[in-house]
Amino acid sequence: MIKVKHINKSFDDKKVLDDVSVSFEPGKTNLIIGRSGSGKTVLLKAIVGLHDVDSGEIWYENVLFNKLGFEEKKEIRKEMGMLFQGSALFDSLTVEQNVRFPLDMFTKKSPEEKAGRVNFCLERVNIINANKLYPSELSGGMKKRVAIARAISLNPKYLFCDEPNSGLDPLTAILIDELIKELTEEFSMTTIVNTHDMNSVMEIGEKIVFINEGVKCWEGNKDEILSSDCAILNDFVFANALAKQLRNSGR
Amino acid sequence: MIKFLSQLGRYFILLKKVFSRPEKASVYYKQTMHELVYLGINSIGIVAIISFFMGAVITLQTAYNTENPIYPTYLIGLGTRDSILLEFSSTIVALILAGKVGSNIASEIGTMRVTEQIDALEMMGVNSASYLILPKMIATLVFNPFLTLISINVGILGGWIAGTTAGVVTSEDFIYGIQYAFIPYYITYSMIKTLFFAFIITSVSAFHGYYVNGGSLEVGRASTKAVVHSSVLILLFNVILTQLLLS
Repeated sequence: MIKVKHINKSFDDKKVLDDVSVSFEPGKTNLIIGRSGSGKTVLLKAIVGLHDVDSGEIWYENVLFNKLGFEEKKEIRKEMGMLFQGSALFDSLTVEQNVRFPLDMFTKKSPEEKAGRVNFCLERVNIINANKLYPSELSGGMKKRVAIARAISLNPKYLFCDEPNSGLDPLTAILIDELIKELTEEFSMTTIVNTHDMNSVMEIGEKIVFINEGVKCWEGNKDEILSSDCAILNDFVFANALAKQLRNSGR
Repeated sequence: MIKFLSQLGRYFILLKKVFSRPEKASVYYKQTMHELVYLGINSIGIVAIISFFMGAVITLQTAYNTENPIYPTYLIGLGTRDSILLEFSSTIVALILAGKVGSNIASEIGTMRVTEQIDALEMMGVNSASYLILPKMIATLVFNPFLTLISINVGILGGWIAGTTAGVVTSEDFIYGIQYAFIPYYITYSMIKTLFFAFIITSVSAFHGYYVNGGSLEVGRASTKAVVHSSVLILLFNVILTQLLLS
């Protein structure tokens, strides 16, 4: 289980996270939702250690992660995979090399074993016959899927996804959501997804945390979110015209 | 002043990260080989072209400025050799490489920063500073002395061709001149300067790229800063090293 306790983070004078505490459920798809600029990405990057927090604790099982040194963090990081907002594939490497990179760096597998694992991961995310392509030759959806394949190549315990649907059309976005949910169940991972997409919330949200201006305002599941009495959350959930109409019609 | 000291501190912190133990030697070796080609071999063309023409101009300038019967014409060869050996092939070539290689390093690493590729490396537990910068540093430290040697030879060749073609010096006099009063230490001096300059180009450019914050505009700015700061430092260290090595 991943737990964050009373974390605070500021950039210069601007407070971005204000006393945020939350537990993420193991083996489930946990969602951090909120408006753009609400502090979701900073929270996710703090959880994975890309941002140092000013105060507070980040626990992975029984390990206080944010107090570990670089070398000690490395051991836990081998159990993490992350999908970045812009995919963050290495431009100079092909699809195959991108997925193989963590295996080259951290395992002693033979070239054949690595190739087998790379092909398994790519097939699992439905990337076929693209091993030799470079990221610049891929569509946005394909890049995300390759990035997911890279993230799962070391068979991680934790998967983190920062805005997995940004820049994708609705159908591709649903495919990515479904893929994340399937992989979470298949590999029993604890997944944390940052999103402001309500489709994702309703598709895959098993535990949902709502952040507003750096403060955790609400947490619950997708069934509870529609009947919440949190006004700021309701403004966010029913932001578009269709959702407003559905709410007003009582459906 | 505080900003300068803070930047200097960040530079040395980055260097400490760069020189920490690599995760996997085989991956670093491959990366270094790639950088040798990318930063070293790919620079041979520009270094050769510039050296050839600079050698030619140095010869012609020396000839036209020493047009006096009391000066033997073989001094044109000697002047060309020493100008190329002492300053041109180490310092001027380093300034050219600061433009070509330095901007390349800063923009490559800067783009990786703004597109979260460096975050992706850190996230995996890779020491991104070491993985990205150390192979470039090794590649330039190993290959730039060869570039300097190529520059010396091509520069002198350019001088010989220009001088004999223009008729300002005979082939025999030029060849006699380039051998006259030759001091082998000048090559060592040139190599030492080249190594210092290679380190400056790589580390300063990588520093500017690594700490880019923002988008493509900032990457462009970092690239410009990398070239300007590397060039100024090369000129400064040229003075210091000349005083230390030749005094």
